[in-house]
Amino acid sequence: MLAAENYKDIEEKILKGERLSREDGIRLFHCPDIAWLGAMADHVRKKKCGDIVYYNVNCHVNLTNVCTSKCKFCAFGRDLEDKGAYSMSKEQALAVVRDAMKDPDLAGLHVVSGLHPTWTFEHYLGIVKALHETFPHLYMKGFTGVEITHFAQISGLSIEEVLIRLRDEGGLQAIAGGGAEILSDRVRGELCPNKATADQWLEVARTAHKLGIKSNASMLYGHIETLEERVDHLLRLRELQDETGGFQTFICFPFLPKNTELGKSVKQTSMWDDLRTMAISRLMLDNFTNIKAYWVMLTVPVAQVALGFGANDIDGTVHKETILHDAGATSPTALSENQIIRIVKEAGRIPASCDCNFNIIKQYE
Amino acid sequence: MNDKIATARAKAASGERLTLEDALALYEDNDILFLAQCARKAKEKKSGRKVFYTVNRHINLTNICSANCPLCAFQVEDGDKRGFTLEHEDIDRILADAKKVRNLSEVHIVSALHPDKPFDYYVDVVRQVREALPQVDVKAFTPVEIVNFSKLTGKPVREVLEILQSAGLDSLPGGGAEILSDRVRQIICPQKATTAEWIETMKTAHSLGIRTNASIMYGHVETIRERLQHLFTLRDIQDETKGFQAFMLFPFHPGNTKLGEEQQLKRAGSWEDMKMMALSRLILDNIDHIKAFWIMLTMPIAQLALGFGADDLDGTIGEEKIIHAAGAKTNTGITRAMLEKMIRETGYEPVERDTFYHEIAEG
Repeated sequence: MLAAENYKDIEEKILKGERLSREDGIRLFHCPDIAWLGAMADHVRKKKCGDIVYYNVNCHVNLTNVCTSKCKFCAFGRDLEDKGAYSMSKEQALAVVRDAMKDPDLAGLHVVSGLHPTWTFEHYLGIVKALHETFPHLYMKGFTGVEITHFAQISGLSIEEVLIRLRDEGGLQAIAGGGAEILSDRVRGELCPNKATADQWLEVARTAHKLGIKSNASMLYGHIETLEERVDHLLRLRELQDETGGFQTFICFPFLPKNTELGKSVKQTSMWDDLRTMAISRLMLDNFTNIKAYWVMLTVPVAQVALGFGANDIDGTVHKETILHDAGATSPTALSENQIIRIVKEAGRIPASCDCNFNIIKQYE
Repeated sequence: MNDKIATARAKAASGERLTLEDALALYEDNDILFLAQCARKAKEKKSGRKVFYTVNRHINLTNICSANCPLCAFQVEDGDKRGFTLEHEDIDRILADAKKVRNLSEVHIVSALHPDKPFDYYVDVVRQVREALPQVDVKAFTPVEIVNFSKLTGKPVREVLEILQSAGLDSLPGGGAEILSDRVRQIICPQKATTAEWIETMKTAHSLGIRTNASIMYGHVETIRERLQHLFTLRDIQDETKGFQAFMLFPFHPGNTKLGEEQQLKRAGSWEDMKMMALSRLILDNIDHIKAFWIMLTMPIAQLALGFGADDLDGTIGEEKIIHAAGAKTNTGITRAMLEKMIRETGYEPVERDTFYHEIAEG
């Protein structure tokens, strides 16, 4: 294998399967040779998880866009009285899923929503319960560490109690990866001071993992964070994963600036940055099995090439994505299963639909 | 990994000349990150850390075309209300505008095969551009158009080229090559220059000292063998003439085309684009530059292509009509600052060039 100049030591570590240090991670972010970075990440991906690429046939349900958090990177959140604010009733949420059920292969739900100022935890739980009871065969993945922290705060319950009720009454099987943003108090203080802190977000994941509930992890990059902060973020996730082993997949979210407050001063990341960040995430997160190329955010062309940069998961059909399309995402709001299969096969890999815990439902050799 | 693939990989990694069988093995292997690493090395051997761009303007003289190629979304038939043809006063206006462009180094003229316009019209356009912009390179007319001029006038290709050259033509663009296979051309563009005519025009141009580009349009009805053979055909011509300056890849945009509709074609994915980019750099070991034509690829993919062997982003193009008629979603223009920033992000050095890859000093 050809090695990038000055990176032979890191290449050696990677080929031997040795853990990379913080310094290594920072150096990787300064490596101009994207082909080498990709090849390294691809080598690790192949060794660790073979040629299968996972996807879900799923439906996103965003119960409300009313949100008290006011994060500067968000184009989805609204005040109650804002134009375009919506809060679904139980019936409306059921209707969204009924519509998605037109796809006979629909396997599960991804439920993520705003922090509504007047909704109680019981209210959220009531809707999830209704969804679960009406569609018991659909897997239930939902709620980020931010929402769960919020539920604990508004209900007076502990994180553990919130999680147990969501699991036992709402059928929750896995927690969504969002809300991690950058796990740095400096960055969160500037961008999202009104929601879960870095420690709180990690604590939700830790608690869930102890209860046997798996969760995902993510990183929102390309805004005000430094490259060092990106590396530190990855290291905090790696550290918790060492402790619990409960993270299933890691998702890179490039910041989409359109219609956000922060977008007035920050431009969208390039495909170049997206792919090297993907590759470096694969290399640093040596204890994660899965790395997701989330096409909704990356666009389909970037997500497809990302399969060569360490990714082995391409998310799902999604049905009707709204959060990121409010921020000007140019990708379609859904992909058909056939489109996903074609994208994966063109990359020479094996598409497999799976549930929210990576159990394979159908595999296409 | 089979033996063929192992051999081909070893050759690609060491920069040895590839055979068609090697190329097919690498294609099958489908390891685009490996190809990218080899292509990057090949690129750096040719152009070091430089990535070129040029300040140019495209002029499409007409979209009224008698060729009626199923692959095209640009052409319309005579009498269609979307049809346009620029007259000399329209071109005067465009040139007056072009004169204001700082460091303009090239005017690129590609058009349809108009059923009525005589050859003199085109010669006059070249003369008109040459007079208005004496310092600017005139790159005009693909071999398809040149062959058409030859048919219109009854003059041989050589004479057509000589007339254009004396009117001020500097070079030919690389379009119209599509896939150099008569089987494929019968399906995608039966009415225009054949494989032999395209090749002969290029060789004749090169013999007259007219440099040209070359291209491929892939992702329609061609087999992979035909697609890769096309690259070897170009390599053979180049061995003989050394007249190609740059090679471009055009993924087929099926939107709004008869071909796309009839054959139910989908746009090749970005994976395929990057694979072809790297393979082209490796196969075409005798062509100096590989151009990532951002207007066709989209800017993000063109930037990524710089990691897959490309060393040229083409230009700060004013207005492009042909590919946008097929639904390309790119902007129709980009500034020098944007191009330079994109190149720097890849770790390479932006270099402004003219048509002939002479570097242009800070202007």
